[in-house]
This record gives sequence, structure tokens and C-alpha cells, in this order.
Amino acid sequence: MHTEIIGVVATFIATVLLAIPLGKYIAKVFSGERTMLDFLAPAERFFFRVSGIDATREMDWKENLLALLTINFVWFLYAMVILMVQGSLPLNPDHNPSMSPDLAFNTAISFLVNCNLQDYSGETGVSYFTQIGVLMFLQFVSAATGVAALAVVINAMKERTTDKLGNFYNYFVKTITRILLPLSVIVAVIFLLNGMPMTWEGKDTITTLQGDTVQVSRGPVAAFVPIKHLGTNGGGFFGVNSAHPFENPNYLTCIIELMAQSLLPMALVFALGYYLKRRKLAVMIFSVMTIGFLLLTIATIMLEVKGNPMITHMGIDMHSGAMEGKEVRFGAAISAYWSILTTVISTGSVNAMHDSFMPLSGMNQMLGMMVNCFYGGKGVGILNFYIFIIIAVFISGLMVGRTPEFLGKKIEAREMKIAILIALLHPFLILVGTALSSYFAAHDTAMGWWFRGKASGWLSNGGYHGFSQMLYQYTSSSANNGSGFEGLSDNNPFWNITAGIVMILGRYLPIIGPVAIAGILAKKKYIPESAGTLQTDTATFGLMVFGVIFIIAALAFFPSLALGPIAEHFSMY
Amino acid sequence: MKTHVFSAIRLTVVLLVVCCIVYPAFIWGIAYFTPSHGKGDTVEVNGKTVGYTLIGQSFTQDKYFNGRPSAVGYNAAGSGGSNKGPTNPEYLASVQAAIDTFLIKNPAVKRADIPAELVTASGSGLDPDISPEAADIQVPRIAKVRGISEDKLKALVAQHIQGPLFGLFGPSKVNVLQLNISLDHTK
Repeated sequence: MHTEIIGVVATFIATVLLAIPLGKYIAKVFSGERTMLDFLAPAERFFFRVSGIDATREMDWKENLLALLTINFVWFLYAMVILMVQGSLPLNPDHNPSMSPDLAFNTAISFLVNCNLQDYSGETGVSYFTQIGVLMFLQFVSAATGVAALAVVINAMKERTTDKLGNFYNYFVKTITRILLPLSVIVAVIFLLNGMPMTWEGKDTITTLQGDTVQVSRGPVAAFVPIKHLGTNGGGFFGVNSAHPFENPNYLTCIIELMAQSLLPMALVFALGYYLKRRKLAVMIFSVMTIGFLLLTIATIMLEVKGNPMITHMGIDMHSGAMEGKEVRFGAAISAYWSILTTVISTGSVNAMHDSFMPLSGMNQMLGMMVNCFYGGKGVGILNFYIFIIIAVFISGLMVGRTPEFLGKKIEAREMKIAILIALLHPFLILVGTALSSYFAAHDTAMGWWFRGKASGWLSNGGYHGFSQMLYQYTSSSANNGSGFEGLSDNNPFWNITAGIVMILGRYLPIIGPVAIAGILAKKKYIPESAGTLQTDTATFGLMVFGVIFIIAALAFFPSLALGPIAEHFSMY
Repeated sequence: MKTHVFSAIRLTVVLLVVCCIVYPAFIWGIAYFTPSHGKGDTVEVNGKTVGYTLIGQSFTQDKYFNGRPSAVGYNAAGSGGSNKGPTNPEYLASVQAAIDTFLIKNPAVKRADIPAELVTASGSGLDPDISPEAADIQVPRIAKVRGISEDKLKALVAQHIQGPLFGLFGPSKVNVLQLNISLDHTK
């Protein structure tokens, strides 16, 4: 077991050490300083010319948002169409069918918003054309959308008064060409060397050593998996995501996939520090995020390594931990680490089945998504954190009797209203969705086409755990995470459509809100720091932000967690 | 607004070419130079393909080292875990049944020596590995069925143990398919 713990510690340290120089590089890309990938500039200029875009024209926050939402809508239409006709398109060697409209809606939204909730299984639900041409495409562009939105907000945090906040297209395209594509190529080569397939051939039929005839799904996996993690998307090529041996062949690829998903969310915090030349602020943010992350991680590793007490009771050897739903080549420790990493950042890829984790581990996974800003998703993690900073500034300002200010800008009623609405939106979406589905499940409602049968057929587990399955699904949707308690039968119109709506609201409002706040603040008069200014880059303020996060998450979600994972935990003893 | 719509459509087409044609074609090109040409590493016995190194197979016969329970019966046309919660009574009964079956098949083994992973299903349903302990406790049964000495089989298992990455990180494991192929060649 100790080699498993060393593996986890080494992975975390290596990620942080790599994230710091990468953050510096990203700051240079966004401020237009010279970098070693400048030879790509002519290609980027060509892309802009073909698209008729003047990438040097700075836009205000409203126009940047308009550009962001418009191009997102174009992708949505494109994805819907392809998903509904994929059965008749080329690159479909396994002859998988086209999607029903409700499943296509859910899938298109899910990949568009960087959520990657999957109500289908990769082996049977999509063609290679869809995997590469739609899903992988959306993994690139949805990640870049989040980073570009963050770049606009960081730009607005500079010490000046302006309404020119850079150009969305410029940030967006450079995120793909300078960050996501180069890193994807490097990661893909490592995967290929470790036996990950990259083929356009369909299923292979083999006769096993024991004489059974089975089929083996394959595909262009090695191109897909790097961006799945680098973009914190998390949608698996195969049904079981990175638990599949072809999607995650060994312990080394497991470490690389873990690093790939957490590298950019961490690096973006450092990028903020370098770009604004406010390193102390970046350190404060990073520390709060890391403390929150480690608290959840350490608890979960301990629970999983200890194993399921109800199986311990059967008198067998539990030294490998809780192995139900986990792979031998990874082990319990790094699977526990993965489960928290993938939920605090919005990846949602899994290397073990979350449904079979211990009840309190499941709670920690949900808490990671409920908070949704311990590192958080590509770009949007810091945007969520920004909302908590604004609230913390306001509360501390009231506590010490000073005008609430953040980075030289006064926080007033309008910004606070937006911040509070965004902070409350997340619990609202999760709890309303869970309440609705619980009502149907408890009454075993039948609703024809909407439910494809009766509501009781949704859950693979009864009691507290069944409630957790529904709570997890909406939490994952609203947090744009995409992992699931996969025992939930979610491919029916009710789940496809309600989760789809939650995903849309849970994505765009938390982008629009912070961009609007930042845009409004940027236009205000800059007040230089004085002795009377509330310091926002100190440990005290960090504690304040942590307190705000804890109170909002705890107050909003504790009752529902008590009904699900906490009750299940106590039923074990 | 109108300019944004047309720009968005044109930029989308450009990025489709870059991300979905150029990038995967490049990776595919590199894959050609890997040993399997990107088609997945296969295992051959006497010139016949019997499986993929990374994909686990169902071994239920007593003469082979058995792998872990699988929710999809090791059919890699799909993949899946049991998705049973830790307190699910039906699930706990299935684990109990797996333990009882194992004890009947392996009367020499003490209950307290059965490693948990041997009676719990993997996440993928295609787990190619078991732990070295899970291989060792099956040795007496196989020795009896095959008439090979236990020492010889223990040495065979030891040969197939893949230790932690760089000797430092992660668990040790044994690839069940490769172990069983060698087992077929052991007299």
C-alpha cells in the first residue's frame, strides 16, 4: 500500500511544479509577449482572415459575451444535426444508430458546456465520426471558451479604468493553438507508447484462451483522451471512461491523465498572478483551493484504503481496500485521489465507478462539485472563485466598516446582486432537480414516453443510496462535471431533458455573471491602495473566502447530504 | 450581431479542419510507428491471436488462474462496473456468494487470506490483472488439477509479477492472460 500512497503524493507534487512555469507561459500568451510558439502566428492570422475576424479589435464585456454565446450556439446546432444522423454518416464501422432527439439534445449540450455527462455508452452509442468530429471538437472549443472568458475577466482586473477588455476570438483561438493542441500532441504520444489504440477499424472478434468468442471495441482513442483531460471535459471514449484498459492502460498513463486534467486549472491561477503582477493574490487563491482539495482528498483516500466495513465483516483480506468498481492496476489510493480531483475540477472522467465508493467518499465527491471552485474547471473554476471573493470582500467590508473594494474597484449593490444570484443558482438547480426526481421515484410515477417506464426503474440501488444517485446526477450536471453514479438509468426523456436544461443554466449564467461584474468594475474609477484598503491577498482574507465557501456549501447542501450519503454511512455500522 | 454569426460559422469550419482532421491525422500517423500500428497490442499463441494484452478475459475453469468478477462477462464489445452501492443487500449477498464459491473450489485456502479484489467486480468489467496474492492463493488448486508441483507454479507466478512503476509508484499486479498462457506451456 505504501507505494500507492507515494504514487499519489508524487503525482500531486509533480503537477504543481509543472503548473507554475505553465502559468507563466499562459500569462505571456494572453499579454502578447514573446513565447517559443510564436512561429504559429502566421497560421493564426490566416485563421482570422478566413473567418473575417479582426482579432486586434478590443471589445467591451457585452460584445465579448455576444461573440462567445453566438459561436456556442453555432456549435450546438452543428452537434445536434450530426448526432441525429450519425447512423448514415461515414466512419461508423460498428453500425451504431443515430440518436433520438432527447438523447442528442442531452449529448450536444453536455459536450458544448464542458460537462460531458454521458447518457449513452461510447461503444454502442456513437460513431467514430461523432467521437472525433463532434465530441472531440467540442472538447477543444468548450475548454477554450472557458479560458477565453477567464482571460476577459482577468483583463478587467488590471489597475485602470476602461471598457476595452480584449478580444474573445483572440483569446479563444490562441488557447487552442498555443496551449491545448501542443499539449494534446505531447500527451497523445505518451499514450501511444503505452499501448493506447489509434485506429479507424471497428470491433475485433477473437476466440479467447478458454475458448469463448468475444468482441473487442477499439477506435481512435489516443487522439481523444488527451484533450478529454487537458480540457477538463471528461467524456469517455468508452462507456467506463478511464477505467477501460484501452483508455488508461497502466499506472503511468493514470498519472499522466491525472496531471493532464489538473495542470491547466492550477496553471491558470498562477497565470492570473503573473498577468496582473499580483503574485500574493495568486498564492492566496491557490492556497485556499489546495487546502479545500486536500481536506476532501485525504479523507477519501483513508475511507477507500480502509475498505467496505460490511465486507470486512465477512472475514476476508481487505488490505487492497474497497476494490468494487476499481481496477487492480491503479489500486484504491490513486482511484480515491482521482475521484476527488475529477470532481473538484470539472473533468468528470473516472478511473473507478463512483457509485461503488464508500458513502462518505461519495459525499466528498459531491462536495467537490457543490463547491466547484477548488481549482475548478478550465477557466470557470476561477470565475466561480471570483464570485466567492466578491461576496467575501463585501462581508469583510461590512465587518470592519470599510467600503468594500477589490483590486481598487468599489463593490456596490449591482455587482453584489449578480454575485449572490450566481452563488444561489447552483444550489437552486441541484436541489430543485433532486426534489422533482425524488418525488417521482418515491411515488413510482409512470409517465409514458417521458419516463420510458416507471420511475422506480431509474435506480440500481434502493434507500439512501438511490437518493444519492439522483442528487449526484443533478450536482454533476449543474457543476458541468459529467461524472455520475452510473447505476442511474438516465437515458430517457425525463433525465435527458431536465439534466440538459440544468447543464445550460449551470454553464452560461456562471460565465455571464462574473464577466458582467468584471466589466462593470473595470469601467469604475480606479482607487489607489491606501492604508485604509482591505487587503485581499492575505491569509486572513483567504480564511474569510474559505469561510464563505464553507457556509454557502454547508448551509445549502447539508440537509440533502444528510438524507443521502451521511444516512447511508451510519447504516453501515 | 450579423458579423458575429458569419464569423462564428467560418471560424467553426476552420477549427473543424484543424482539430478534427489535421490533429487526429497527425496522431494516427505517429501511431503507425508503434508496434501494433495503433490497433492494440495482441497476444498470439502458435501464430493464432488469442486476445489483447490489455483486455481481460473470462477464466472460469479450475485449471486456469481465475480473474476478478465482471459485470459484463469480459465481453469487450461493451464495458461496465456493477454500479452497486456499498450497502446494497443484493450486492453484499453476491460478494458473500463469491467468497463461498471460492472456498469450495479452493479448500486449502483460509477465508482470511482471500484478497478483496478477487471477490469484487472491477470498474471496467475488463480488468486484465489480479494482485500477486490473488494469484498465489490459487496455486494449490491448479497444482492439483494439473499435476504440477506447487513450487513450480509459485515460481511461475513470481516471474509474471509486474512491480510498481519505477519500483516506487503504485500497486504490483499479474496479467492473468499472460500468466495462463505460460501455464499452458508448463509441464
